[in-house]
Amino acid sequence: MHNFTPVPALMGGLLIGLAASLVLLTHGRRVGISGLWAGLFHPRAHDRTVRAYFLAGLVVVGFVSFIFAPHLLGQAQGGLGRMLVAGVLVGYGTQLGGGCTSGHGVCGISRFELRSVVAALTFILAGVLTVLALRALS
Amino acid sequence: MKGNLAAWAAGALFALGLVISGMTRPEKVIGFLDVRQWDASLAFVMAGAIGVHAVLLRLISRRSAPVFAPAFKPAPAKSIGGRLLAGSAIFGVGWGLAGYCPGPAIVAAGGLNVKAVVFVASMTVGMYVYRKLHPKP
Repeated sequence: MHNFTPVPALMGGLLIGLAASLVLLTHGRRVGISGLWAGLFHPRAHDRTVRAYFLAGLVVVGFVSFIFAPHLLGQAQGGLGRMLVAGVLVGYGTQLGGGCTSGHGVCGISRFELRSVVAALTFILAGVLTVLALRALS
Repeated sequence: MKGNLAAWAAGALFALGLVISGMTRPEKVIGFLDVRQWDASLAFVMAGAIGVHAVLLRLISRRSAPVFAPAFKPAPAKSIGGRLLAGSAIFGVGWGLAGYCPGPAIVAAGGLNVKAVVFVASMTVGMYVYRKLHPKP
């Protein structure tokens, strides 16, 4: 097992679960980051303000981390070209598949919804195969 | 206004969870997806998040309505089909390429990481392309 950090992982996971629960309690909806972000740019979305506030929370914590603990943000492997391709695939794929790691992975599985379990297994398998392919090519 | 502040606080809490758990570091995510040098941390993040949310959502759902909205949003009435499978597979390829999914990418972009900014910008383009190719009636 490489670089395994179970305690911070579990602690962070608890906070993510609390945050998803807070959104359900206050706004009655599930937290899917891809859906929240897509709706921010959707001309027909009527709830842009609340989406913007939630996403601003993400951005602000990112900025504060950058100031006080930049190593926690890490650095992606690969160049900007890879980021460009990956971003388009993630944007298109999450919209077609109806969710990402948060919407399907956390919220859907917490509700024991089979389609979210299937989605999560599918994107993890696709991710594993992609990393295997990248390793084989490099 | 209180509703918006609650949304902001939830977003900040969510991001704090991502940062503390190491999920804003693409190498941790790639480590989870790398079966040859496996790092199980991401599974523990998911277990923690699902464990807390699975319990709390059942308690919260006993309320007649959420605090700042008229009703709980019902589950999407969608089935398991080609769209779910193809979309999730395409997402997974992008996830494996960069080590970013939408949440951590937005947090890292807030931290002025250039690669994350490029990723989030092109993710937005991918969402736009989807909307143009599959317009809703």
